[in-house]
Amino acid sequence: MSVFGEVALAAPVAVFKLSQDFNNDQFPNKVNLGVGAYRTDEGKPWVLPVVKKVEKVIVHDDSLNHEYLPILGLPEFRSSASKIALGEDSPAIQENRVGAVQCLGGTGALKMGAEFLRRFYNGNNNTNTPVYVSSPTWENHNAVFANAGFDDVRPYKYWDAENRGLDLAGFLGDLESCPAHSIFVLHACAHNPTGTDPTQEQWQLIAEVMMRRQLFVFFDSAYQGFASGNLDKDAWAVRYFVSMGFEMFCAQSFSKNFGLYNERVGNLTIVARDADNLKRVLSQMEKIVRTTWSNPPSQGARIVAVTLTSPELFSEWKDNVKTMADRVLLMRAQLKAKLQALGTAGTWDHITEQIGMFSFTGLNPKQVEYMVKERHIYLMASGRINMCGLTSKNIDYVAESIHETVTNVQ
Amino acid sequence: MKRPDSKLNETEVKQNGDAGGQLSVFTNVHTAAGSPEKRLLSAFKKDTNPGKAYLAGREYYSEDGKTFELRLVRRIKQQLSADPTTRPEYPSPLGLTEFTRRATEVALGKSSRAIVEERVLGVQTPGFTAAVRLGAELLRNWYDHCAAWCGPVYLSSPCDDSLAGIFQAAGIQDIREYYYWDDQQRGVCLDKLLEDLEKAPERSVVVLSASAHYPTGADLSHNQWAVITELIMRRRLFPFLLLPPQALCYGNVEREAWPVQYCASQGMELLCAQSFSHCFGLYGEAVGHLLCVLKQNSLLLSVQSQAATIVKSLWAQPSAGGANIVATVLSNPAHVVEWKEEVKHIVERCMLIRELLRERLRLLGAPGCWDRLTQQSGLYCNTGLNEDQVEFLSQRRHVYLLPSGCLNVSAINGRNLDYIAESIHRALTTSL
Repeated sequence: MSVFGEVALAAPVAVFKLSQDFNNDQFPNKVNLGVGAYRTDEGKPWVLPVVKKVEKVIVHDDSLNHEYLPILGLPEFRSSASKIALGEDSPAIQENRVGAVQCLGGTGALKMGAEFLRRFYNGNNNTNTPVYVSSPTWENHNAVFANAGFDDVRPYKYWDAENRGLDLAGFLGDLESCPAHSIFVLHACAHNPTGTDPTQEQWQLIAEVMMRRQLFVFFDSAYQGFASGNLDKDAWAVRYFVSMGFEMFCAQSFSKNFGLYNERVGNLTIVARDADNLKRVLSQMEKIVRTTWSNPPSQGARIVAVTLTSPELFSEWKDNVKTMADRVLLMRAQLKAKLQALGTAGTWDHITEQIGMFSFTGLNPKQVEYMVKERHIYLMASGRINMCGLTSKNIDYVAESIHETVTNVQ
Repeated sequence: MKRPDSKLNETEVKQNGDAGGQLSVFTNVHTAAGSPEKRLLSAFKKDTNPGKAYLAGREYYSEDGKTFELRLVRRIKQQLSADPTTRPEYPSPLGLTEFTRRATEVALGKSSRAIVEERVLGVQTPGFTAAVRLGAELLRNWYDHCAAWCGPVYLSSPCDDSLAGIFQAAGIQDIREYYYWDDQQRGVCLDKLLEDLEKAPERSVVVLSASAHYPTGADLSHNQWAVITELIMRRRLFPFLLLPPQALCYGNVEREAWPVQYCASQGMELLCAQSFSHCFGLYGEAVGHLLCVLKQNSLLLSVQSQAATIVKSLWAQPSAGGANIVATVLSNPAHVVEWKEEVKHIVERCMLIRELLRERLRLLGAPGCWDRLTQQSGLYCNTGLNEDQVEFLSQRRHVYLLPSGCLNVSAINGRNLDYIAESIHRALTTSL
């Protein structure tokens, strides 16, 4: 008798199942709009030229030692990654109250932050502290916080389906009514999956309530640079909160903006009240890391560190990032234009108002099903599409398909 | 809006921490006690003595005192970096298929019945610790699910001091020890080990080192394995095997994996955490693997899906780089031959250092029998020095051993051998 005899088959993850179904589809003009990674106009993954260059430099560098990285990660990576989020001349950095932990991707950073908060925030091992994630949010947020031991992971109002925009009143309402010291997971930019970010004025309102009610700020920053094409612009919310005096965590991912999906490069930036608090926090972080993966992988972190600390390479990287962001913006503009030209019912302004990789089209589940089954265009049941799946070759077909779907299916 | 203040005087602040929002939310966070290893390394770094030697590290050091890249690995890294077909995409949560396939074969042997019968799960993990953590989470969530199992887990005495923390972080608090190293016998005391395991409650998990026991370097013989596994099966315990520096003991991958293969051949279910850091010189690349041998292949998909679910809340996907290198080597027979050659040199050097150290100590007339130095193999050995003597070595001679008296033989080289031998001799003969 197996000791694993009771193990149930886990439900498949929607986005992987979608990819599988897409792969099995024989239709020649099929389109995958569920993919979670950048694609070129040829529909291929893209190794950033600067990454290729830096990889070669690293591989031929004889001076590198091959030891385990320190538990908290490569020092040059941690500091340069935090600088990217907070700004080169961030007062918080100058005041020595910013630290970081190199992690296994954005997920790893969220995990480390969650584990720390569960152990040390709002008392010791207070698993009752509510953790709020946006409604909707990236599907893994729930699992990461729940698995870290939090018993109460809840949604906060975010997406207004009717008006296809931010439900600010609902969001602020949840901020006002939640238990004190609740933790809020905020998307720094390019909200996943809606692509709808608060404006600067809206962020200011959100910050005011969070400060007054002593709520904990946990930013998830997976798309810096990728959203608008400009690193500083995409970091505005994070920097604003820092300037307002918040202590916070910011989970950074370099999977998308460096195209390093498979090297798992993440950074948990920690902003504390002062250097002493920071030091104690980092000492506990080290213990948590020690029991999870002990020493992080060096390859991806080295690539990022080398790039960010060389003015020439940094500039080249920014160009590469802008290339990706610009292609996404182009696809947005073209899709909207084509839908308007076709006279497709409804308004399509949200396609260009939303930002980042994803767009909430507003298609309902029946319409999504039609798109998948009849038109062989694969998108999430929520109506979310990945703009990177659009190319100059398939955009007409996609636009026509949306038009047909909206016309025939209600 | 409030601006950050300069350092706060925390003693003035109430315990429930509400000084108008200016108190840090981290106020009550204590500084974590450093691990003994960390304190040791810190002391070594501060030590200004030019003759200092650090013998407590975890990596293999070459003759020039540095960790190094295998020549083969370096070539493959260069090849891979020039490869135009690499795709920057998220790998599966379970890792690279070619890697898990090879890692599984390396542990169980290609013709293992368990592999043929498709009842083996392999998961690539970011390093050895991560493999243990994943195994621990799998056990906590699914081991004897209906009985809501929550331990105990038995660890050898001594063992790697981070192991307990890993199981606890996974939610298993009941950690116990079984007798392993005996100071008098200068080796494993099987009787006491069996005594402890005989008393273990049914469904306990027993963590056993398949080879290169850390930190003692003392391994179980085939006979001892046979006796222990018989007990494990009879008492319905669950084996969790550790295989960190595979191929560095005897330079023979199969020989070191023997205990894993033996357990599988007895029809046992088991977990095995593997590391490829040492035997490929890929320390910085976090290449680990968790093996799970099941009794029935009907369970494979379920256990696999649950492992993937757990991975997604830990690190989502493992990192590709190092695993790619290992897979490239292991799937090419010519590469395998070359790899084994390079590893053989490492193993032979460790053996040579052990012999030289033994000879020096004998010539110096250092008390005790030093034959055990050459009877054991691998990176670590137990010198038999007690705590006071170990402290003497670090304070007075600037030679740093693990508190247990164990040391990493590869850190000894032509330049420091005499000094270290002399130091050990003094530690044993100076009245403290």
